[in-house]
Amino acid sequence: MKSGRQITRRRLLRGMLAGSAVTVGLPILDCVLNTNGTAFASTGSPLPARFATWYWPLGLGEDDWAPKVSGTNYTLPPQMAPLKPLQKKLNFFTGGQVFLDGQSNNVHFTGLQGLMTGKVANSREYLGSIDALISEVIGSGSRFRSIEVACAGSPRDCWSARTDSGVQPAEISPVALYSRIFGAEFKDPNAAEFTPDPDVMLKKSVLSGIAEERQSLMKRLGAADREKLDNYFTSLRELEQKLQIQLQKPEPLPSCSIPKPLTMDKEPAVTLATEAIERANLFGGLLAHALACGQTNVTNLAISRPQSGLRKEGDATAHHTHTHEEQIDAKLGYQPVCRWFTDQYMTALAQFANRLDSIKEGDRTLLDSMVVFAFTDHGAPRLHSVRNYPIITFGSGGGRIKTGMHIGRPGDQVTRVGLTIQQAMGVQTSSWGVGSNRVTSPISEVLA
Amino acid sequence: MKVRENIAGAVLAASLLTASLVTMDAQAASSAPASSAAPLSWRLGPSQYRQTIAEVFGPSIAITGRFDPEYRQDGLLTIGARTASISASGIERYDELAENIAAQVVDPRHRDTLIPCKPQSATASDDACARQFLSTAGRLLYRRALAEEEISLSIRIAGEVANAKKDFYTGVAAALSNMLLSPNFLYVYKTFEPDPDEKGKLRLDGYSKASVLSFFLWNAPPDDALLTAAENGEIHTRKGLKRQVDRMLASPSLESGVRAFFADMLGFSEFETLAKDPTFYPRFTPRVIDQAQEQTLRTIVDLLIVRQGDYRDLYTTPDTFLTRSLAALYGVPIVDTTDNGQPERWIPHKYPPDDPRAGILSHASFVALHSPSGRSSPTDRGKALREYLLCQEVPSPPADVSFAVVQDTNHPVFKTARERLGAHATDAACSGCHKITDPIGLALENFDTAGGYRTTENGVKIDTSGELNGTKFDGPVGLTKALHGDPALTACVATRAVAYASGRTPGRGDAELKRIQAEFGKKKYNFVELLREVALSDALFRVPPSAAQLVTAAR
Repeated sequence: MKSGRQITRRRLLRGMLAGSAVTVGLPILDCVLNTNGTAFASTGSPLPARFATWYWPLGLGEDDWAPKVSGTNYTLPPQMAPLKPLQKKLNFFTGGQVFLDGQSNNVHFTGLQGLMTGKVANSREYLGSIDALISEVIGSGSRFRSIEVACAGSPRDCWSARTDSGVQPAEISPVALYSRIFGAEFKDPNAAEFTPDPDVMLKKSVLSGIAEERQSLMKRLGAADREKLDNYFTSLRELEQKLQIQLQKPEPLPSCSIPKPLTMDKEPAVTLATEAIERANLFGGLLAHALACGQTNVTNLAISRPQSGLRKEGDATAHHTHTHEEQIDAKLGYQPVCRWFTDQYMTALAQFANRLDSIKEGDRTLLDSMVVFAFTDHGAPRLHSVRNYPIITFGSGGGRIKTGMHIGRPGDQVTRVGLTIQQAMGVQTSSWGVGSNRVTSPISEVLA
Repeated sequence: MKVRENIAGAVLAASLLTASLVTMDAQAASSAPASSAAPLSWRLGPSQYRQTIAEVFGPSIAITGRFDPEYRQDGLLTIGARTASISASGIERYDELAENIAAQVVDPRHRDTLIPCKPQSATASDDACARQFLSTAGRLLYRRALAEEEISLSIRIAGEVANAKKDFYTGVAAALSNMLLSPNFLYVYKTFEPDPDEKGKLRLDGYSKASVLSFFLWNAPPDDALLTAAENGEIHTRKGLKRQVDRMLASPSLESGVRAFFADMLGFSEFETLAKDPTFYPRFTPRVIDQAQEQTLRTIVDLLIVRQGDYRDLYTTPDTFLTRSLAALYGVPIVDTTDNGQPERWIPHKYPPDDPRAGILSHASFVALHSPSGRSSPTDRGKALREYLLCQEVPSPPADVSFAVVQDTNHPVFKTARERLGAHATDAACSGCHKITDPIGLALENFDTAGGYRTTENGVKIDTSGELNGTKFDGPVGLTKALHGDPALTACVATRAVAYASGRTPGRGDAELKRIQAEFGKKKYNFVELLREVALSDALFRVPPSAAQLVTAAR
């Protein structure tokens, strides 16, 4: 500690008990973490890896935004100007494409299907997204295996899908998300005393009664119905596990602070991009707190659906329509209104990354110890192309990833980025994807 | 101390049960056949859930909270519910709903009317009273009589919690909450039994038949009389089934069934995410959004149930119901003597002959629902009419298309949507689909994106001539008359009714469907008669080939 004052863990905890609940930006102390800030001193267990996805609609635009050189010495395109201060903490992947393998290009969907699940199918099938594969490894020890949020009012705007039960419904209200995470069931990891809540124990016991109905039900059902029942019981187990975690004393996390309660919600449906971004910023703050407080290790945020109906104030035409209709300004070389939307989204993305970067954990930040995976449905959406997908990742995953690079691989499978990130996050796999989208080696230059 | 001992016991029980759950998991996984047959069960939809709670515990139980989102398949949420699972965040929500409902049922305001007995002591368990309540409520919630082991499990839970918390009612609430979270409640199952009338064949068991019928006709679980008909076998006889169907069609609950069917078929769930730009459309408020759906549902109930009218007339009828807010949105003068500040009244309204607002297509529930937030889209409306009302699929747009001219509302040459679409549809890749959507949607261009009436766009008169499957017409009234005469309109609603009731969309050549469609025509397109025909048809209780293995497994 720079103050020079010796703070023991006991005193720290006592201080918290005395009411200093808000500890914004307080670094995890040496006496709580090991000397490198990579593990808890008390147990030696490593700090958990954490992962976030962040979806923005309709790409970066029609002009040539891919940097000319790969490596660390590259210039960010103007579309990404808001991310400039974070350049050393991010990687920018360009050139990757989705191979259709004879399937039709279901615009705004098929590309995402390939990018996020590694598999292009000619239906609406969308199972096993990158974040879900990662949450199978890092998500189970926390209260929520993952948290999904959507900023334009529809719970269906979500690209996170479990391998069994498919797309997860997203939370659309910041107020509801607050009470879900920090409401009555929240256990402050830094509280000095911990007493298991007898009501939680009782609830857990009561819930186990439902499991007793399982076998008799299974016998009566066909295969497809049994599959649904399996999914139900998987979800029920997650609920039980959530209760189990509430019964255990959490590891102290000095970087955890409890955000101020949100009291008012606006109308769920929004039509302006600025409103969606306001909501994204509220959600982003809550997700950062949730990650820092050990409530979840995986979060997923989507600004809107891909064919975004979000508009600029005073303009009757939506972003998606503009991407197809707006003329490319001959002097500027791009579509000015579409660029306005991209600027909004990149600013919001920067705000999320900065928020994670402002939370100190030892000599690192929360952002350093995690990976944020930002993606979109088409790089250049005007023509619905499935080539040249821009993907931006932030953070070094606790030292597992080198950052500050542009990785330009025109014509390469975009799934290689997904495989690389999965391996960095601890997924034990040497290949990912189906058909031409299958890759068997990661992008080694970014793996530390 | 006693509380703690009980809790310790409960924790031990929980951990043992969790261990056995894992074992059961492995067994279930290994015994599951590789091929997966079509799902027969469905997840209770939000409106079915609400209706169930209202039927079982009365309308004063408040249901606050959200449900897992629904997904549309083959044009219906009801079909999507066949493949819907319950997500991890969804189960948290169902758990909250369940706890909340159970707490209300046992609260001092409700307990005396909803719980049929008084415990010997309010501060301890009372198995007899718990049994009386839980077996009665359980039969209505699970839509079948509970097995003895299910009842005793519930009583055990009620007892454990009552003793731990020293409160009988908290115990009952815990057991009830579990029932409301159980897959036995959240999923409606179809199960089979050997058919005594046809040796070697199977039939849907009585309880399954009762649920299929009641959710189809009432959007609610079976009532006591229907469950009794399932239990005493009446439902399996032709005469008994007919008696029940007649009773259900004559019941006031039919209205909620018809409302649910049309809310699903007309895509009203999309209202949840509908908004219009308040700068351009200040009258399109959240209140109007609710009222827009209600206007159409009232019109439907009035024409199809109260007046037993012709389904096709829904699209041409001059009769509807308006509120002050809707009348303002539409620009229709009405007389409403309600004081300001009082809830708005529904006022019957008849449009004059050939008013462009005849029929439900002119309602905001169609023209505003199928339009983007800033401006109208003839293509979206044409596509919606084909898909929702005629059961025809319009392909997605191709890749690599420039839309540059279509919707540039400031275009110096192409001022109206017709001119802009005309320029775009000359592209060969686009024209195929636009030919089947735009001539329909352009006829509705008198309605702006929020449902208001207009005759010009950007200062130019709107040309509303159009064409539907070869019939040419002018304006919205012409469109609705053409629609009235299109055989696809009635064929589609009959197909949707069969799909909605049975959970599967019949193929085009399906003989039973053809018979039902023909009967519908013979009955002058009386919608209630269509419901009767479907409810009594073989399509409803059909046994799929995969059912044989289920019965073998259950033995």
